[in-house]
Amino acid sequence: MKRGEGRRSWIIAAPVLALLLWSIVYPNVAVIAGSFENGLGHWREFMASPTDREALRTSIVISLASVVASVIIGVPLAFLLSRFEFPGRRILKGVATLPAALPPLVGVIAFLFLYGESGLVTRAIQHLFAMKEAPWRLTGVWAIIFVHAYTMYVYVFLFVSAGLDRFDTTLDEAASGLGASSWQRLKRVTLPLLTPALAGSMLLVFMTSLGSFSAPYVFGGGIRVLSTQIVASKLNGEMGLAYVETTVLALSAVAGLLLFRWLEGKRKYTSSGKGAATRKVIRSRNAQVLAAVLAIATVIVLVLPHLMVVLVSFARDGAWTTQVLPPQYTLDNYRRLITEASLWKPIMNSIWMSAIATAANVVVCFVAAYLIVMRKFTGRRLLEILTALPWAIPATAIALGLAATFNRNDVASLRVLLVGTFWILPFAYFVRNIPLVSTAVESSLRQMDASLEDAARGLGASWWLTMRRVILPAARPGLVAGALLAAVTAIGEFVASVVLYTHANRPISLEILAQLRQLAFGTAAAYSVLLILLVLGMTLTARSFEERIA
Amino acid sequence: MDEVLGREHQEQRSQTVSSGSLALDRITRRFGDHVAVDDISFEVPSGELLALIGASGSGKTTTLRIAAGYESPDSGRVLFDGRDITSLPPQKRGFGMVFQHYALFPHMTVGQNVAFGLEARGVGKTQRMEKAQSVLASVGLENAAPRSIQSLSGGEQQRVALARALVIEPKVLLMDEPLSNLDPTLRQSTRDELRSMLHRVGVPALFVTHDQEDAFAIADRIALIRKGKLLQIGTAEDLHDRPASLGVAKFIGRATILPAEDLGDRVAVTLGGVRRELASTRPAGKMTSPLVVLRPNALEISPDGTDAWKGEVVNRRFTGGSAVYRVRTSDGVVLEVESSNMALREGDTTGVIVSREPVPVVSAE
Repeated sequence: MKRGEGRRSWIIAAPVLALLLWSIVYPNVAVIAGSFENGLGHWREFMASPTDREALRTSIVISLASVVASVIIGVPLAFLLSRFEFPGRRILKGVATLPAALPPLVGVIAFLFLYGESGLVTRAIQHLFAMKEAPWRLTGVWAIIFVHAYTMYVYVFLFVSAGLDRFDTTLDEAASGLGASSWQRLKRVTLPLLTPALAGSMLLVFMTSLGSFSAPYVFGGGIRVLSTQIVASKLNGEMGLAYVETTVLALSAVAGLLLFRWLEGKRKYTSSGKGAATRKVIRSRNAQVLAAVLAIATVIVLVLPHLMVVLVSFARDGAWTTQVLPPQYTLDNYRRLITEASLWKPIMNSIWMSAIATAANVVVCFVAAYLIVMRKFTGRRLLEILTALPWAIPATAIALGLAATFNRNDVASLRVLLVGTFWILPFAYFVRNIPLVSTAVESSLRQMDASLEDAARGLGASWWLTMRRVILPAARPGLVAGALLAAVTAIGEFVASVVLYTHANRPISLEILAQLRQLAFGTAAAYSVLLILLVLGMTLTARSFEERIA
Repeated sequence: MDEVLGREHQEQRSQTVSSGSLALDRITRRFGDHVAVDDISFEVPSGELLALIGASGSGKTTTLRIAAGYESPDSGRVLFDGRDITSLPPQKRGFGMVFQHYALFPHMTVGQNVAFGLEARGVGKTQRMEKAQSVLASVGLENAAPRSIQSLSGGEQQRVALARALVIEPKVLLMDEPLSNLDPTLRQSTRDELRSMLHRVGVPALFVTHDQEDAFAIADRIALIRKGKLLQIGTAEDLHDRPASLGVAKFIGRATILPAEDLGDRVAVTLGGVRRELASTRPAGKMTSPLVVLRPNALEISPDGTDAWKGEVVNRRFTGGSAVYRVRTSDGVVLEVESSNMALREGDTTGVIVSREPVPVVSAE
């Protein structure tokens, strides 16, 4: 390290560190402090409440069950798609990640339209077998796990697929050359090496389920989970209890984090070999037919929610009651979204708030990632922890922290009034997406040869020229990918929004919920389709931008 | 040195019990339109070290992988001890393989890596760790068993990979570029170690390399492959001094290759107006346009030789015991000459004579 570099790094790092401490750490400290505002009173209240105890247990059971279900679906699918060649493989691979493209609330309502009491599949089965009542009810713990498995297996699938792609196939060959059977190879070589990827994705599923709000909120029935309890306590004005619940939720998240980190083990392996994976072609005629049928069936199950939302978006509100399919179709839902000012408002709100949050993420996370990857200074580790911290805090807890902290102007305690203003939501989105964008930029920068910066400076380039011509281009793929993910997450955000929104800045997700409550399924679905289109549009824009530059 | 080693091997080989030989019989492997291996046949008797040598993409690694069972040939057979094992999967062949990047299991210790083949065979834990320990000792890594793979140097990794392949008492030993990841100094010493160790094991050993010095130093015989075809198989001296074709002459060693007149069992080469007749290794016979292969050590500097080819020294390279000169004749041909005469400098004019006859003759392709 050159003399003075540490000090210069600090000049850039100090404001970023201050911002992160203020926006991430401070609110959570405020929540914990708030839970003790009358000593242990609120904690005793929590312990004494049977509903709260049940909510904690249910939250953890649902999260662990979601992890198990996601692994059961995601791991075999990843193996099948990356290790075997069969008819229907390409189309299955194409749609395997589709569930992740559904904004959380939209996935939930799609399931409602399909498998709910008056849903398409439920009704169809009821008619087919001439039953008096619906064959099942989409409520309770199982319904929530079902929806979670559908949307979250994608994490496991993606992580394990990436692990298999990186997997050095000569290791497998070496094992077989040494006499190991396929089962021995799987048990002793493949699975141990995939453990880091598997544990990472399990952690992600656990965290997402723990913070999940939409599924329990819509299908919960009598079920209580911590995230819904927090919002309920807040609405009842019992802020002290809400703080305790939030702290407990955050502690559960930390417990999950430790559990899965332990599972991941201490070591991460990098392999140097070339992994020219060859897919085993399924040749037997029967197996081919079976594979094709299963692939198509899976594709239908995966695509059905999207198709259903599109179909319902053309259904006339109020007309769909007991029929299998909506009886009347219209373009009215879309026309109203555009022409009625009160319906158009949420769309503009979401677009603006997502754009503002993403812009802030890009600037702050780029600087943070640059400092983490390219500079050596004493605060580096702290910066790394801070940018990763929002991963480990469920969104409801983040939102409640912001609500507890930025509810009044008080310069002495560093508080600014944001609650009740337009700015609280973009701020919440910004905080939630810090890990996402930072990780993306960091991974891009890590691929860059660290000596390039020195080489540029050695050639006489100024700091600014080096930044513009060497570092920014290297960070660009990560910036684009991170910005895209952040914008997509923010535009459909529901969990933090439901805690913090006001009527004036209500985002699309909350308007969908409002329409659902009025049983205006058509309008809710039209919003959902619009949301999917916005996500699709952003993805295509980002991709064409990348292609034009690269 | 080679002489000494050679005799050692003879003795050691006679001690080992002869096991089976490995043979490839008319093996062909296509990838789409590309013929990676084109009708290759050879046999490696027990105790022999055969090097498959060729440029990258020549099909040598594919040939090795077919021998190991990781690839199936489109046609042809792989035979062990006369038995057809073409369709036998690798885990049933009992061959030891050392991969180019070693393919050591990163999540296992050195000891566990070496013991893995025994674990796969259901050998009990204590017994397999003991065996692993003794094989590790034989490659000079007595205390490495509890270490992690990441803590090993490149040379140590190479030896662990070898130990892992040896512990299963392989019927055949296969190695893919076993020395390519070592630094030059280590490479020199490892060659000798590897050669004596392989001879001690006494099974057919086949290894792939793109480096002819590795092949010269380790192998008993060398098979040169180009574009999937086997060009020549023989000892290093065979390939160097009696190349079967222009391709072999160009690939093996350094040479000045010149057109020649066919005089029956002699050839004549004219350079700068000076014509010289030379004895050839074989009659040019029916070759349409014969070429002579002049190795640097077959030429000598002769500053005042009257019937020498005349030229100007354009480059001089000191190689320790001798100097290598590049001498350009008046018709623009550059001769590479190795000489113990160090006196010449760049710019000097000199004469060049052929000091070692007969010279190899090949046909222009």
